Amino acid sequence: MINTMEGALDAQSLISISLRKIHNSRTQRGGIKLHKNLLVSYVLRNARQVYMNEKYAEIYRMQQYEEVMTVCNEIQELNPLDLVEDCEEQTGDCCGSGVGSESPSLCSALLPVSHQAAVQSAHIQSANACSAPLPLQSEEVCKSTDSSFYRSCCAEAYPVTNCDFSPVNNMHCNKTTVLDLDTHVVTTVENGYLHQDCCASLQQCCQGAQNPAKKRKVDFGYYVSEVEEVPDFTPCKRAKFEDCSYANTEQLDTSNISNLISIFGSGFSGLVSKQADFEQALNGQFCSKQALASLGAWTRAIVAF
Amino acid sequence: MAGVGGGNDFQWCFSQVKGAIDEDVAEADIISTVEFNYSGDLLATGDKGGRVVIFQREQESKNRPLSRGEYNVYSTFQSHEPEFDYLKSLEIEEKINKIRWLPQQNAAHFLLSTNDKTIKLWKISERDKRAEGYNLKDEDGRLRDPFRITSLRVPVLMPMDLMVEASPRRIFANAHTYHINSISINSDHETYLSADDLRINLWHLEITDRSFNIVDIKPANMEELTEVITAAECHPHQCNVFVYSSSKGTIRLCDMRAAALCDRHSKFFEEPEDPSSRSFFSEIISSISDVKFSHSGRYMMTRDYLSVKVWDLNMENRPVETYQVHEYLRSKLCSLYENDCIFDKFECCWNGSDSAIMTGSYNNFFRMFDRNTRRDITLEASRENSKPRAMLKPRKVCTGGKRKKDEISVDSLDFNKKILHTAWHPKENVIAVAATNNLYIFQDKIN
Repeated sequence: MINTMEGALDAQSLISISLRKIHNSRTQRGGIKLHKNLLVSYVLRNARQVYMNEKYAEIYRMQQYEEVMTVCNEIQELNPLDLVEDCEEQTGDCCGSGVGSESPSLCSALLPVSHQAAVQSAHIQSANACSAPLPLQSEEVCKSTDSSFYRSCCAEAYPVTNCDFSPVNNMHCNKTTVLDLDTHVVTTVENGYLHQDCCASLQQCCQGAQNPAKKRKVDFGYYVSEVEEVPDFTPCKRAKFEDCSYANTEQLDTSNISNLISIFGSGFSGLVSKQADFEQALNGQFCSKQALASLGAWTRAIVAF
Repeated sequence: MAGVGGGNDFQWCFSQVKGAIDEDVAEADIISTVEFNYSGDLLATGDKGGRVVIFQREQESKNRPLSRGEYNVYSTFQSHEPEFDYLKSLEIEEKINKIRWLPQQNAAHFLLSTNDKTIKLWKISERDKRAEGYNLKDEDGRLRDPFRITSLRVPVLMPMDLMVEASPRRIFANAHTYHINSISINSDHETYLSADDLRINLWHLEITDRSFNIVDIKPANMEELTEVITAAECHPHQCNVFVYSSSKGTIRLCDMRAAALCDRHSKFFEEPEDPSSRSFFSEIISSISDVKFSHSGRYMMTRDYLSVKVWDLNMENRPVETYQVHEYLRSKLCSLYENDCIFDKFECCWNGSDSAIMTGSYNNFFRMFDRNTRRDITLEASRENSKPRAMLKPRKVCTGGKRKKDEISVDSLDFNKKILHTAWHPKENVIAVAATNNLYIFQDKIN
């Protein structure tokens, strides 16, 4: 259990700092230091664990409060005088319990109609969150962002236990491309999605929110010279990776790291660019939020070595 | 007899300092490795610019019996140059990561020096005679007119000013994909090992085009990488035994007789982590930066970020001794992570009799621990204390509230002044301490 004295906010800044270090290591003299980047990835993992725990607890508390208030309002509509006491009891039940799976079912059982309304509004909310600030967000990241938000809204028992907080499980939620420095072979490691059942509806939502036409393809052959291109994480892009494996290993190297960075949100274009200025830090902050919200996008930092 | 200091019969004194006094330090001059040879008469340093400087101890003078022999520059040469790997578009730094001396077998001296990718065997030899009076050519080298040669003249060896030549005798290249962190010469004096982040190779000193890979911890899927090799060393007496340390704070001892590939260790040294001290940076501070066998071969010492541990090779589950180097930094790990200091790789060394150990810290402080008396001392390498034979005053870092006189508070420490590399003379109480671009030599003064 990591000492959470520093709190979730420090965890977030640690994540930004760590990502910046990984990015800077690309341009350091002597090549990328495997040892240092491995250690930085451990800090990233630890900070992420703390951040996610805090965030989840916060979301749970918020959700508890919202549901209880909705219950109370509903009960008040039906019989404002008789059921006030019942409502208070329910409040106590829902809010007092910890991260259990029973209370949400209890809450949701009470309010099938309004809960769905809440779910729908959450749909719209997260869809907006997806599309508005980051029009270039990749499909996968968008999906996972929604899924984390949805987790608290689901009528089912909170699928937290199913969900993958641990990095090991999260490794199963990703597609990553790996360049082997010895053999110069590029391999793609494909894993399952985070929540296939939960995500079915999310996919529809996400695709609606996204504008696929906006996705830009990156020509890795010119990666070094292009500054603002954002690497994508799409299957056809991966095919291009494998085609290029016999040549331009240096671009693959750097693009592998940029893929890593793109995992945390496509708004990382500032970090991907060669200009190392203050913007990057801001982008890092902003995108680390997105990154942390997207559970399914986490993977171990060292993939490009 | 080696003491630590603080007692009545032993004191560390300043002897010499080498290097520029300039405040503005050129990066190329930063010392990256320090090593005494087997006799202690030669002291080699390598720097970030790829240069090697060798100091030789002067013979003790009868006129000044109290002052030990001083170390003066013996040879300077450019060992490694910056290179460029065109295939991977990577620059290969010329920084000398390690120097290891070979035992002396004839008049010449041999050492191995390595950067991130290439190991070189250098021969350092003296020339103090010159042949004069050639039959067929003049003194300036021009050929004499054959018709003018009327008699046979045999050249005579005449003394000349001492010239020290360094020449590369072997170049061991292209065997490491990752960055070399260690080299270690085997006790058979014929083979040596080199270690990078994921692999260890065994070389023969005479053969440059081949090496055996004896350890390979690279996972089939790099995504599953959890640890790297951080240091490796051959056992001082058993030529079949070596150890390597990892970034996870573990040490593996391997026996080369067991298998050609020593992926399976013979012994596994690990101290269980204290769960109450877990933090964001637990993995970083447990990473071992140096491992050194004792001269006896019975013990080994490991250095992680905050402590030095002595292990008995016969006990794998915990170290026999643990010494805190700068525990006051534990609450500052966040800032040290931000400024990258937490990644500093400190080395450690034994004295000749294995009774004391030494390692560096920040603010140009270095620490010594006496294993018998359990006393420890903190000393500083600074120009202020650089009068000849000036006694070094013990330093203290104030951790609590009230700062006593002569103490320095943790927040006043200069983290840019770090002592990463130290060396102890194999037989005497003479130590070499590298402080950025300066090399300090201290020795004992018996009252």
